[in-house]
Amino acid sequence: MFDSNTGEVLSARAVRKSFGNVEALRGADFDVHAGEVVALMGDNGAGKSTLVKILSGVISPDSGTIHLEGSPVEFSSPIEARNAGIETVYQDLSLADTLDPVANLFLGREIRRSGLLGRIGFVDDAAMRREAQVTFEALNVTVRALRDEVGTMSGGQRQGVAVCRAVSWAKHVLFLDEPTAALGVRQTQNVLDLIRRVRDRGVSVVLISHSVPEVMAVADRVEVLRLGQRVGRFLVSASSAEEIVGAITGATDLGAE
Amino acid sequence: MKSDATDDRSAAAAVRSWIARPTTTMLLILIGLVAVFSILEPSSFPTVLNLRGTLSDAAILLVLSVGATFVIITAGIDLSVGSVLVFSSVVSAKVMERFGNAGTDAIVIGLLAAVAAGCGWGLVNGILVAKAKIPPFVVTLGTLGAAYGLSLVVSGGLDVRSVPKGLNEFGNDRVVGVPVIAIVAVLITVVAGVLLALTVFGRWTYAIGSNSESARRAGIAVDRQFIAVYTIAGLMAGIGAYLSLARFGTTTIAGNTTTNLQVITAVVIGGTSLFGGKGWMLGTAIGVFIPIVLAKGFIIVGVEPYWQFVAVGVVLILAVFVDQRRRLRAAG
Repeated sequence: MFDSNTGEVLSARAVRKSFGNVEALRGADFDVHAGEVVALMGDNGAGKSTLVKILSGVISPDSGTIHLEGSPVEFSSPIEARNAGIETVYQDLSLADTLDPVANLFLGREIRRSGLLGRIGFVDDAAMRREAQVTFEALNVTVRALRDEVGTMSGGQRQGVAVCRAVSWAKHVLFLDEPTAALGVRQTQNVLDLIRRVRDRGVSVVLISHSVPEVMAVADRVEVLRLGQRVGRFLVSASSAEEIVGAITGATDLGAE
Repeated sequence: MKSDATDDRSAAAAVRSWIARPTTTMLLILIGLVAVFSILEPSSFPTVLNLRGTLSDAAILLVLSVGATFVIITAGIDLSVGSVLVFSSVVSAKVMERFGNAGTDAIVIGLLAAVAAGCGWGLVNGILVAKAKIPPFVVTLGTLGAAYGLSLVVSGGLDVRSVPKGLNEFGNDRVVGVPVIAIVAVLITVVAGVLLALTVFGRWTYAIGSNSESARRAGIAVDRQFIAVYTIAGLMAGIGAYLSLARFGTTTIAGNTTTNLQVITAVVIGGTSLFGGKGWMLGTAIGVFIPIVLAKGFIIVGVEPYWQFVAVGVVLILAVFVDQRRRLRAAG
């Protein structure tokens, strides 16, 4: 059913995770192919958040394997996942509201000046501003003023800054956790466009979303979790919204392997 | 052409944001105060003698406020600064006494002792805030009492009045008419201002004050940064202790009960936000001078000097009010 030649950038097999007596993941599988937008869907409690946290290094699985570009990986912290080229934009965006967009883009990875000044910790603000401008333009993100505090910006602009930051560093996979949950119609459109542009840059995007229309609009594939297991894989071009909703709710098991 | 236009715009934006800074308002207030007092008492306010006195009075407070600026930018507070100053000066004076109270070695070892004592308390504050997750207000309220109590224990409750003559001379010396301790204070302020504005250390200080969880996710060593910031505040208290010994030739056990409040007032008047993530070293320098100019001015003009406290209180509340309004507008 699927073209396996596209190659899997990231894949999880038989991942289990329990919190006390609650089994959040019961042997879940998940695949991200190269250069695609894949939506991770599922009802509340299906295990989406747990799976994303495991794949982005926030928590460790009880069992199961994760492969990145074919090699087995184990992330013991989000920093390790990031260093491996996996970035995550959380729902709260994790921005520093009193800093400007440029400082946020380079937060924790500031460009230093060359030579001795750089070695003793001096930052190169001009270089960061130049690179930020390039990134914002490349992803067509409107930032009102590079010197304004991020906290004064609209939800859409803040989302843009957070996505740009993640994209700047994501070599392989970008996780977006309900990026449009707090946005209006037009801003949602902008974010969906942004997701397509990120994919066109060769970074695979994992979109966690509850909105079937939104997923149908932007995703190439959909993987559905239910009760801690993968219950459905759909090519958006060959599937209907009803099939996907059916898999999410458990009304049908179409597409299950 | 296009890049020219962009430059113009960003230059204009920079000027606009400079004018909008609360610091600029306070600078204008400071200039206004100096102007008013100079007009009221042209023969005694704008004089070299008065300026010199103002600088001497401001020096130690400025050094302490530099440390507090870092702390308050992290959305923290350091109430212990006055007690740590007293403790450091007692330890320093006792150590110098042990070394014969004369000669360069005593003076140098006294400096090391003051700095070590200050950094020690700063480290304790930082570790308790960062690792034990106790609110800074509580931590530094605790160390305020502890450091003060220990300095009474070490000194037996009596000021140590034996300070090396050379140190006391240094503390009242002048270079081209400028008090040496003021020069030291300004140098420290400039170095700290550069550290805050232009380095990774400064950027991370703002980041943990703005949103420590975001900073952690961005890979910043948040705990280490908090500890470093509180240690800097302790270091500044240690240096302040040494400058105080140099200036007064004695410890000042009873003279620092409101130092912490003066320091916080200066930093906040200077535009550093108690909510964290925002602040400017130049603002702190201005904020230090407003209460001191008010005090000097009231005395010279003949207003009862007690009014100084009323005026400073009003300015402080006004500064925080303006900051909150800006924040609400920004959020809304």
